[in-house]
Amino acid sequence: MWPVIVVITGIVVIWYGSAVMLNKPFQHDMYKRANVENVSFSQLLGDTLNQERPVLPAPHQVYQELYKTTVEKKITSKRSLIYHSWITLSTALSGFVMGTLLGILLAVGIIHNRALDKSLMPWIIASQTIPILAIAPMIIVVLNAIGIQGLLPKAFISTYLSFFPVAVGMVKGLRSPETSHLDLMRTYNASAWQTFWKLRLPASLPFLFTSMKVAVAIAMVGAIVGELPTGAVAGLGARLLAGSYYGQTIQIWSALVMASVLAACLVGLVSLGNRWVLARMGASA
Amino acid sequence: MTRVLAAISGAGGLIALLLAAAQDSTGPLAVRAFGLLVVLAAMLWLVRPVELSKWPSTVVAGGLSTVGAVLLLSQLDSITPAAGFWGATVAAWALAWLFVERLASIESRRQLIAWSLRLLIPLLFGVWLLVIWELCTRGLGVPQVLLPSPSAIGARMVSSTATLWADFKQTFLHAVLIGYALGCGSGFLIALLIDRSPFLQRGLLPIGNLVSALPIVGVAPIMVMWFGFDWQSKAAVVVVMTFFPMLVNTVAGLAASGAMQRDLMQTYAAGYWQTLFKLRLPEALPFIFNALKINSTLALIGAIVAEFFGTPIVGMGFRISTEVGRMNVDMVWAEIAMAAVAGSLFYGIVTLVERMFTFWHPSIRN
Repeated sequence: MWPVIVVITGIVVIWYGSAVMLNKPFQHDMYKRANVENVSFSQLLGDTLNQERPVLPAPHQVYQELYKTTVEKKITSKRSLIYHSWITLSTALSGFVMGTLLGILLAVGIIHNRALDKSLMPWIIASQTIPILAIAPMIIVVLNAIGIQGLLPKAFISTYLSFFPVAVGMVKGLRSPETSHLDLMRTYNASAWQTFWKLRLPASLPFLFTSMKVAVAIAMVGAIVGELPTGAVAGLGARLLAGSYYGQTIQIWSALVMASVLAACLVGLVSLGNRWVLARMGASA
Repeated sequence: MTRVLAAISGAGGLIALLLAAAQDSTGPLAVRAFGLLVVLAAMLWLVRPVELSKWPSTVVAGGLSTVGAVLLLSQLDSITPAAGFWGATVAAWALAWLFVERLASIESRRQLIAWSLRLLIPLLFGVWLLVIWELCTRGLGVPQVLLPSPSAIGARMVSSTATLWADFKQTFLHAVLIGYALGCGSGFLIALLIDRSPFLQRGLLPIGNLVSALPIVGVAPIMVMWFGFDWQSKAAVVVVMTFFPMLVNTVAGLAASGAMQRDLMQTYAAGYWQTLFKLRLPEALPFIFNALKINSTLALIGAIVAEFFGTPIVGMGFRISTEVGRMNVDMVWAEIAMAAVAGSLFYGIVTLVERMFTFWHPSIRN
C-alpha cells in the first residue's frame, strides 16, 4: 500500500511542478501587460496555479471544477458532469452488454463448427486492426440517415470494440478443459450440449471475466469517441470536444478525470462480479 | 450441417429456377441454367443416388458457387436484377459455405496443402463477404451516400492515389510510426529502471495497470493544445497511449524468469547486465511483443482520433471527418480500407518479427 501512496504523492508533486513551469510564460506575459514588476515568488506561484485557462491546470483546480459540476449542479442541468457521465456510461454499458453477448455467441459458434473456426477467426483478429474509432463518425452519420438515432449508434461502436476480447478469451476458455475431462464426459455419454453446459462453460468463466475487464474499459473509450462526431451535444466526449474548441482546459481535464474514474469503477465492478461468481462456484482463489 | 446447407442452396436454386422460368421468354437463360444445376447438385447431396467421395463434392460446391458469383455479378449491370436473382444469391452463398465446410474438414499431412488451406479458407470468406456486399448494395439499389459498393470504393482508391498517399504519409509515416517508436521505447526503458527498484515496482505497477484501463484517447485535445495542429501532437497522443501497455508488459516480462534460472546465473557469477541480456530479456520477449502488438493497433487509433481535434488539411482522420460532411462516402471508405490494410500489415510485420525472435516459445513451436 505504502509504495502506491508514495508514488501517487510523487505524481501530484510533479503535476504541480509542471503546472508552474508550463503556466509561467503566460503569467509573465500578463505581468508585463499589467506593468507589474518585482513580483514575489510566492505571488507568481499562486497566480500560475490559479489561471482561468491554464496550459496545465493544477490538481486543485480540476478538483474544484469537478466539485462544482457534480455536487453543486442539479443532475438534470446540462452543466452537470453527472448528466454527461450518465449519457456516456449508459452508452458504454449497453455497448458492453451487446459486445459481450456477441463475443460469447461467436466463441460458441467457433468451437462447435470447424468451418467457422477456420474462416472466421482470422477475420475477427483482422477486424481489430481496422481503426473502428476512425469509422465512428461514418457509422453514426449512416445510421442517422436510416433513422437509428440516439444511444444505439454510439453503443454499436462500443460493441464492435468490446466483442473482440470477449470472443478471443471465450474461445480460449471454452477450449481450456483438459482432454481427460472431455474424455470423462464422453464416457458419461454426455451430449455436446451437456458437455458445453457442465464442463466447458464453467471452465471458461475465469477467461470470460478477464476479457470482460478489458472489454468494459474499451467500451468506455468507444462511447467517448462515438460522441465526438455528433457535434458535442452531450456526454463526456462532447465535454472534451467543447473544451478543446473554447480552450477550457479545466473542463477537459475534469471530463478526463471523470472518465477515468468511471472506467476504473467499471473494471472494479467486473472484478467484484468475478470474485462473487468464482466464490459461488467453489473456486479457492 | 452439410444437409442443411444443401437444402438451403437447393431451395434457393429452385426459387431462382421457377421465378426465372415464370418470366417470359426473354427471361435470363443463365439464371435458369444455374438454378437447375444447383437443384441437381442439392439432390445429389440430399438424396444420394450415388455415393460421392469427398473430393468431387468439394469441387462441385466450389465450382458452382464460383460460377454463381460470377453470374450474379454480371447480372448487376442490367438495370433491374433478373427474376430469381435473390434465390440464386442465397443458393450461391449456401454453396460457398458448403465448400468452406468441406475444405475445413480436410486433414492433410502435407505441410504445403495444410498451409495453403489455412490461407485459402479465410480468404474465401473475405471474398464472399465482398461479393455479398456488392450484390446487396447494387442489387437493392442502396444509395451511395449510405453504403457504397466495393467496386465504387476500389475505383475511388485508384482515382485518388495522390490524396491517399499524402494522408498516409501524414498520419501513418509521421504520427503513428514516430509516436509508436518513442512510446514503446520510453516504456521499455522506464520499465528497465523500475525493475531495479522493488519499491517503485510495487508502487508503479498498480497505477500502470489502472492507467492502461483508462480512456487515454481523451488526452488528444490536450496534446493538440500543447503541441499544435501538425503531426507532433498526434505523435504525442500515440506516445501516451503506447507507453503504459509497454511499461506494464515489460515489467511483468522481466519478472517472468524463474528463481532457479536466476540462481543458475548467480552461480555463474553473472553480473546484472549479463543476466539481463542472456536470461531476463529473452524471457521477457513474449510479453514485450504482446505489448508491441497491442500498441500497433492502439497507435493508429490514437493518431486518427487526435486528428478530430484539429489538423492541417491533410491526414486520414481529417479526410474521414471532412469527406463525411461532404457526403463523399466512397472516399471515406477508401480511407478506411487503407487504414485497415495499413493496420493489418503493421500487425502482421510485428507478428513476423515476433516469430523470428521468439521461435523457441511453445506457442510458436506448435
